Amino acid sequence: MANTQSMCTSFMGELMTATHNFGTAPTRGTSAADTFKGALYLASATYNASTTAYSATGEVSGTNYTAGGVTVTNATAPTATNSSATAGVAYWTPSASLTYSNVTLSTAFDAVLIYNSSQSNKAVSVHTFGSQTITAGTFTLTMPSNTTSTALLRLSTT
Amino acid sequence: MATVFTTKGDMDESLLEKREGNIDNDNEYTTWVEYWHEGELVHRSAHVTLKQMPSFIGGEAASF
Repeated sequence: MANTQSMCTSFMGELMTATHNFGTAPTRGTSAADTFKGALYLASATYNASTTAYSATGEVSGTNYTAGGVTVTNATAPTATNSSATAGVAYWTPSASLTYSNVTLSTAFDAVLIYNSSQSNKAVSVHTFGSQTITAGTFTLTMPSNTTSTALLRLSTT
Repeated sequence: MATVFTTKGDMDESLLEKREGNIDNDNEYTTWVEYWHEGELVHRSAHVTLKQMPSFIGGEAASF
């Protein structure tokens, strides 16, 4: 047997559930699940890794679209899986598609921002796709399979 | 007869011209459908399936 330097994979999964808090004055303490939302953004907007929170700037607007987007269905907790003695992956995927029903979004959009509406709308991730418009129709964003290699969010060590 | 929700209310599909297409690349698989009436776009829906996700790779425990 030997010890192996590594970041524990369970830790990465626990980061996704806020089990650890390295702040010197932790303020969180709740058993209620956070609510995550998905907002759509115009192709002309600039949302990327530097985005820190939801903003209405550059968000789509149109018939039957509510600013802030739709609530993300979250029925499956994050999973953490080891792939070796030194590596692993923690991952999470919403448990249902994001659906914007009977909307008219006439200006081209190409991104969705996932954010935490329970925590000051703090940003989680930006996902882009080919530019779209919707006319009296439905826009559906189907989630990938919730696996170590395809999940919507993955934290991994190699 | 199927009806389609359009900018002019529910319309019989037989009265509309249907156009469909898809995008399939490394990032997404997208299908879209449009209905046109007398040269006017009256309905467009799209369905995007994401394939490629952002991933953070590089977590490391420091050596002493």
